[in-house]
Amino acid sequence: MRLPLAALAAALLLATSPVAAEPRAETFTLANGLQVVVIPDHRVAAVTHMVWYRVGAADDPPGKSGIAHFLEHLMFKGTAMLAPGAFSRTIAANGGRDNAFTSQDYTGYFQRIAKDRLELVMGMEADRMVNLRLTDPEVLPERDVVLEERRSRTDNEPSALLREQASVVQFFAHPYGRPVIGWEHEIRGLTTADALDFYRRHYGPNNAILVVAGDVTAAEVRPLAEKHFGPLPARALGARARLVEPPQRAARRVEYRDARVRHPTWARSFLAPSLLTGGAATAAALDVLAEILGGDATSRLYRTLVVDGGLATSAGAYYDDVQVDQTTFHLSASPRPGVTMAALEAAIEAEIQRLLQHGVDAAEVGRARDRLQAQAIFGRDSTMAVARRYGATLAVGGTLADVEEREARLDQVTAEAVTAAARAVLVPERSVTSLLLPKEGA
Amino acid sequence: MRGRKVAVSTTFLCTALLCLALGGAAQAASQVVRVVSPGGIEAWLVREPSIPFLAVQLAFRDAGAAADPAGREGLANMLGGLLDEGAGDLDSKAFQDRLSARSIGLRFDADRDRFQGGMDALSHDLEEAFGLLGLALTRPRFDAEPVARIRDQILTGLQRDAEDPGSLAHRRWAATAFPGHAYGRPREGTAETVTAIAAADLSAFARRRLARDRLVIGASGDVEPAAFGRLLDRAFGGLPARAEPLPLAETAPVAAAAVAIIPKAIPQSVVVFGQAGPKRNNPDFMAAFVMNHLLGGGGFSARLMNEIREKRGLVYGVSTGLNPLVKAGVLSGQLASQNARVAEAILLVRQEFRRFQSGEVEEAEVAAAKAYLTGSFPLQLDTNWRLARMLVTMQLQDLGIDYLERRNALVEAVSRDDVVRAARTWLRPDELRFVIVGAPVGVAATN
Repeated sequence: MRLPLAALAAALLLATSPVAAEPRAETFTLANGLQVVVIPDHRVAAVTHMVWYRVGAADDPPGKSGIAHFLEHLMFKGTAMLAPGAFSRTIAANGGRDNAFTSQDYTGYFQRIAKDRLELVMGMEADRMVNLRLTDPEVLPERDVVLEERRSRTDNEPSALLREQASVVQFFAHPYGRPVIGWEHEIRGLTTADALDFYRRHYGPNNAILVVAGDVTAAEVRPLAEKHFGPLPARALGARARLVEPPQRAARRVEYRDARVRHPTWARSFLAPSLLTGGAATAAALDVLAEILGGDATSRLYRTLVVDGGLATSAGAYYDDVQVDQTTFHLSASPRPGVTMAALEAAIEAEIQRLLQHGVDAAEVGRARDRLQAQAIFGRDSTMAVARRYGATLAVGGTLADVEEREARLDQVTAEAVTAAARAVLVPERSVTSLLLPKEGA
Repeated sequence: MRGRKVAVSTTFLCTALLCLALGGAAQAASQVVRVVSPGGIEAWLVREPSIPFLAVQLAFRDAGAAADPAGREGLANMLGGLLDEGAGDLDSKAFQDRLSARSIGLRFDADRDRFQGGMDALSHDLEEAFGLLGLALTRPRFDAEPVARIRDQILTGLQRDAEDPGSLAHRRWAATAFPGHAYGRPREGTAETVTAIAAADLSAFARRRLARDRLVIGASGDVEPAAFGRLLDRAFGGLPARAEPLPLAETAPVAAAAVAIIPKAIPQSVVVFGQAGPKRNNPDFMAAFVMNHLLGGGGFSARLMNEIREKRGLVYGVSTGLNPLVKAGVLSGQLASQNARVAEAILLVRQEFRRFQSGEVEEAEVAAAKAYLTGSFPLQLDTNWRLARMLVTMQLQDLGIDYLERRNALVEAVSRDDVVRAARTWLRPDELRFVIVGAPVGVAATN
């Protein structure tokens, strides 16, 4: 993300609202390949305007990690029409807010603004889709900004350093093993030419999705999209060619010791199918599994480890299915003072073993489903969150139905399906266990 | 998630509640209704029936961390962790089961000045939700198991904070800016004080401080006003009528230039800085608000971002904010920069404070700031929980029930001369207090 802001709450909301009771969207595609999605929401006379590119950090060329994210920053550095920085200044002067974000699989740019300024932002976004101009005096200080961003997010944070190491170990070949922001030594070597090469290879209407949510209709959006994005030529795109991860056959383990750590944490991530690799039914079953294991204070891990066992201060489970390639199912816990990591790990493994052996029961599946459905209703309150879910799902190769039919799919999740998904995914030989520990003797 | 980026840390004493006080949705203005329950409890409500749920926010004045008894610092914060851990006949597990069965979101916390709560519930579960909220507020149990568990969670958090550069910097800043005042004490307490807190302390605090004469409620969502009134009595009717008075002196950050360094082997120095600022009821507040937007509150259009990030690449982010507390005003800011260059970033902060203070302000930049602040107004209140929080803020800060309608005119009325005056009055580059956590090169600590 190009501008730091208090996005934590929003990010968590997205992460914990994996199902959708979404308002219906309309979609159409322009002749040059740009897919347009319109999500009407007339509560406030404003729009959220987003352009999503189907390219992310996992598409960084070897040796150039961080280039997708760096380009995201550089997209604000001007075109023939707009001086460096003028994009955001113009949005602000019109009472709007803007920002951008990069993930492994996609890069997104958004503006939130009064509905009568929609055409203004559309024109500027279309302009920078094909007319970006970059020169060293703009690019090089921004590279320093990205290095500061990396220091803030990763190098100053032992837990982030461990997550980075754990990803490397989880994905030996697949680029998901590299950090989105890039390795420091590779960021230092990124150039203006690298950014422009990447831009020309991946940015264009036929590799993008336009999402407009808010006080508009598809009938209003279509002529504006035709006018501003319609004339842009499609680009010859390079295919998304990613190395295939070789099969994992042995449990892997990472221990990171850091003098800054006073309180240890434990985590285990299992390779898991994503919406794209495993299908919507499996993804829905894994959503329910994550809710049963770690959704709230009544979940199995919290009850067993934190409340009854007195072994942990926190325990949770997390699954995010919106990825192009295989994803991970994640467990984590932090020991109560005086509890060893070995005792904590044994208790978590016993709890997982119990679930695998006896399966889940229909009543707890029903409760978990109800909570996920309720979260989806709360989630509809944020137009931005709804727009993001549509954009991300489409950007990784999903469909509108994947978003809109998830509520119905959750209703179909059975206890048998959850148990089967758990047995398929929670396999030690396909996991990485990561321990964050204090420095010995510290 | 890996690519999703998260904020660095929050500005000292800048609760989201207070910072939001300056936004509002024009559309919502005419819809704010004052609901008074049959039992006489008042709440402000925006009806928004399109999504079947209700967001409720509440606050008790004089019940924040500043009300913690000496030696029990962290009490209000710990109470926030324990109110939903068992009440009435329901022990912790039974209470959580009831919340979970209806997907009721319930949470409590404490800022410096207030104890706060928030609740989300589906429209058809409001009876149950307000019933559980009432139990939590009026008959909390504080059983031994949850007290020990939540205490350990807080102690673990304190251990983490003791290594977190942002937390360290904010703590030191408060301690040195407000020595001897409750605002200088750590909001979450210390390991020693949190260990000393007993169930009796928690009950006494709840009984003495959570009372109807200190209560403020805002709600937005799918509920009829009449039904909402009855629900208010269900949740809050059992609270005591009056809280004990809280003696808390007016104060201000110590006015002296200072640089403190907390040495730490990290690649990037984290810097918190601040000085006195206007309180919310100061007639100059809106002018100072526009000034702060130009200085460091306005993202990329702000001067500090332009000079320190855009031109020189010294930081990922630098920002300032006004943090009006009940008994003090603060203008504070933060940045983070690699150890070798942080001295330059700090120099530029002082330089920009001076340049602004000297009156160097263009008519056009004030106009652009006002265009942003008024135009982005509806964007800030686009969800039920944000609206509910705004309604609470409007009551806490005595802004009036019509504030949403008046707010943009108040911004428009700020002239360039007002901004210049606010800068001369409030910006004090020679009284800026910096706290640096890291291994900064070329920075000398004072004293």
